[in-house]
Amino acid sequence: MGRYVLRRLLQMVPVFLGTTLLIFVMVYALGDPVAAFFGDRAPDPATAARIRAELGLDQPLWRQYVDYLGRILTGDFGTAFNGRQVTELMTSAFPVTLRLTLVAFVIEMGFGVVLGVVSGLRRGRLVDTSVLAFTLLVISVPTFVTGYLLQYLLGVRWNLVPPAVSPQAPLRELLLPGVVLALVSLAYVTRLTRTSVAENARADYLRTAVAKGLPRRRVVVRHLLRNSLVPVVTFLGVDIGTLMAGAIVTERIFNIQGVGYHLWQGILRQNSPTVVGFVTVLVLVFLFANLLVDLLYAALDPRIRYA
Amino acid sequence: MSMLTKTGDASSRGGAGESSTAPLLEVRDLHVEFHTRDGVAKAVNGVTYDVSAGETLAVLGESGSGKSVTAQAIMGILDMPPGKISQGEILFRGRDMLRMSGEERRKIRGQKIAMIFQDALSALNPVLSVGYQLGEMFRVHQGASRKEAKAKAIELMDRVRIPAARQRVGDFPHQFSGGMRQRIMIAMALALEPDLIIADEPTTALDVTVQAQVMELLAELQNEYQMGLILITHDLGVVADVADKIAVMYAGRIVETAPVQDIYRRPAHPYTKGLLESIPRLDRKGQELYAIKGLPPNLLHIPPGCAFNPRCPRAQDVCRADVPPLHPVTEQDGTELPGRGSACHFWKETLDA
Repeated sequence: MGRYVLRRLLQMVPVFLGTTLLIFVMVYALGDPVAAFFGDRAPDPATAARIRAELGLDQPLWRQYVDYLGRILTGDFGTAFNGRQVTELMTSAFPVTLRLTLVAFVIEMGFGVVLGVVSGLRRGRLVDTSVLAFTLLVISVPTFVTGYLLQYLLGVRWNLVPPAVSPQAPLRELLLPGVVLALVSLAYVTRLTRTSVAENARADYLRTAVAKGLPRRRVVVRHLLRNSLVPVVTFLGVDIGTLMAGAIVTERIFNIQGVGYHLWQGILRQNSPTVVGFVTVLVLVFLFANLLVDLLYAALDPRIRYA
Repeated sequence: MSMLTKTGDASSRGGAGESSTAPLLEVRDLHVEFHTRDGVAKAVNGVTYDVSAGETLAVLGESGSGKSVTAQAIMGILDMPPGKISQGEILFRGRDMLRMSGEERRKIRGQKIAMIFQDALSALNPVLSVGYQLGEMFRVHQGASRKEAKAKAIELMDRVRIPAARQRVGDFPHQFSGGMRQRIMIAMALALEPDLIIADEPTTALDVTVQAQVMELLAELQNEYQMGLILITHDLGVVADVADKIAVMYAGRIVETAPVQDIYRRPAHPYTKGLLESIPRLDRKGQELYAIKGLPPNLLHIPPGCAFNPRCPRAQDVCRADVPPLHPVTEQDGTELPGRGSACHFWKETLDA
C-alpha cells in the first residue's frame, strides 16, 4: 500500500511536467503577451524589447519553461496583469472556488446517490421514469442557461437569494451557484447510481441477504449500496477537478471571484503567469483526486489490492 | 454458548410428539407463474410435498423443472413481480406462510428456514468479510453485539471445519477455496439452527472430491440438529447417499415420489426411468449412454396432457389428452407401497418393466 502510493506519487512527476509544458506552449502560442499589455496601441519597439528582456521572453521557449519551473518550485508563480503576485491571487481565489466546489459536491453526491438508489430500486415505475426525464433535461440544457435562468427567477424575480455573490463568498450565497454547478454532474451521478443499483439488485448475494432474513433497510444500505458505489466513486473523484475547473461559467454568471474568474481574466489579457499558474494547481488537484479515488477503491472493494 | 443450549433443545425437538405427527413443512398444490412480455410462464403447477424434522427430501429435476422456484417460494425470495403465486399453500408448522405479514416472514427466514445456495462465490457478498456476513445473523436476529457476533462467527467456522477460523474470520469470500466457501454458506444457513434447510444444488459448483466432503458435512449437521432438509439437485448420485425420500419434478409438477431406495430399484415413471438409465455405469462400459430424447418443454407452452408425452417412449393418445394425477403406486396384488406415487397413466406397466 505504502509502496503503491509512493509509486503513484512518482508517476505524477512526469505527468505534471508534461501537462505544464503543454499548457505553457499553448499559452505562448496565444500571441505576444507584451503586445497584449499595450492593448490597442502598438508598443514602442524599444520599450517592448526592454520588457521582453526583463520578463525573459527573448529567451528560447524551452529556456523560459525551465526558468518558470524553477521559479514555481520556489513558490514564485510570477506576476499577474494587475501587478499582484499570482500566488496572492491564488490564496484569495482558491478558497472561494473550493467552497463553491464543496457546496456543489455535497449537493451532487447527496441528491445524486439518493435519487439513483430510489429510481434503481423502482425501475420502470413512475418515480424512475420521472427521475430519468429530469436527468435528461438537466444534461441537455447547458450550464449557462440554467445559471442565468435560476439567477433571474430566484435572484431577481422572486428575490429569494442574492443574485450575485459578494467577494467574501459566504456559504449561504454560494448555495444557488452550487446548485447550478452541480446540476449536470448530479444528473450523471443519478444515472450511474441507478444503473449500478439496478444491476446489483439482481445479484445472487442480494438474494442471499434477503434469505438471511435481514430487514430491507439493511439489505439496501449494507449489501446493495457498498457494491453499487464503486463506479460512482470513480466519477465523483474525477468530478472534483472538473467542478473546480468547470466553475468558470458559473463563477462568471454569479460574479464569484474564484479560480474561474481569474483564469478568465488571465486568458482575456494573455497573462501567461496567471493562466499557467492556476492551471498547474488544477492539474495537481486532478492528480491527487485520482489517486484518492484509486485508494478508495480498495476500501470499497477488498478484491482490489495494490502491489 | 447458544450452540450448546440449542443443541439440547434440538434433540428434545426431535423427540417431541408434534414433530413426529405433523410435518415441519407442507407445500400444498403450489402454483407459481411468471408474467413475462412473451406470456405467462407456468413454472410450478401444483406441487405438493412435505418434510418432517430430521428428514431429507431430495427434489430432483432438470433445469427449468420448477424445483428452485418452489424453494424460492418457500423462502419468500421470489421476485414478485414478475413472479406470482397464483394458488396453493405453504404450511410451516401448520401455519400458511403465504398469509403472513412481510415482517413475520422475514423473521422466519434465516431463523427457522434457511437456504444454501448453489454458487457460494456469487451468493456471498464480495465486499463484506465472511465474519461479518456470518455474524450478521446473530446481530439481526438475536441483537448480539459486534464482539459476540464475531465470536459466534468463529465458532461457526470451526463447526464447519474451516481451518484457522480465528485468523480467517476477517477474510473475504474470494480469499477462500470453493469448498471452503460452500462451508461458509452452510455455516451461515446453520447459524441460528433453523428447523429446515433448503439446499439448492449445494455441490454443483464444486469438484467431485469436495462434493463428497460437503455433502457429508451437511448430512452430519442435519443429523445432529435434527433439521428437515430439502435437497434440490439434478445429481442422482448425491441423492442416493443422503436422502430419505425423493420427489422428481418435470415441467413444474411432481411426476414421481418415493422412498429413496425404491426409486432406484423400480421407478414408476418413464421420466425417472430415463434419468436412471442415463447415469453412466461401469458395467455398461463401451455401450452408448442412454439419453432422454428431446428438450424440456417451454414453460410458456406446456404440452397438453402429460407434459412429458412428446419425449416419452410409452406415450399413447390418453397421454396427449389427460393430465395424469399422482396415482398411489401399489404392487400388482394391490399391496400398498408407502410414500410412492407416480403421475403416469401407465405407472403399472412402468413399474414392472
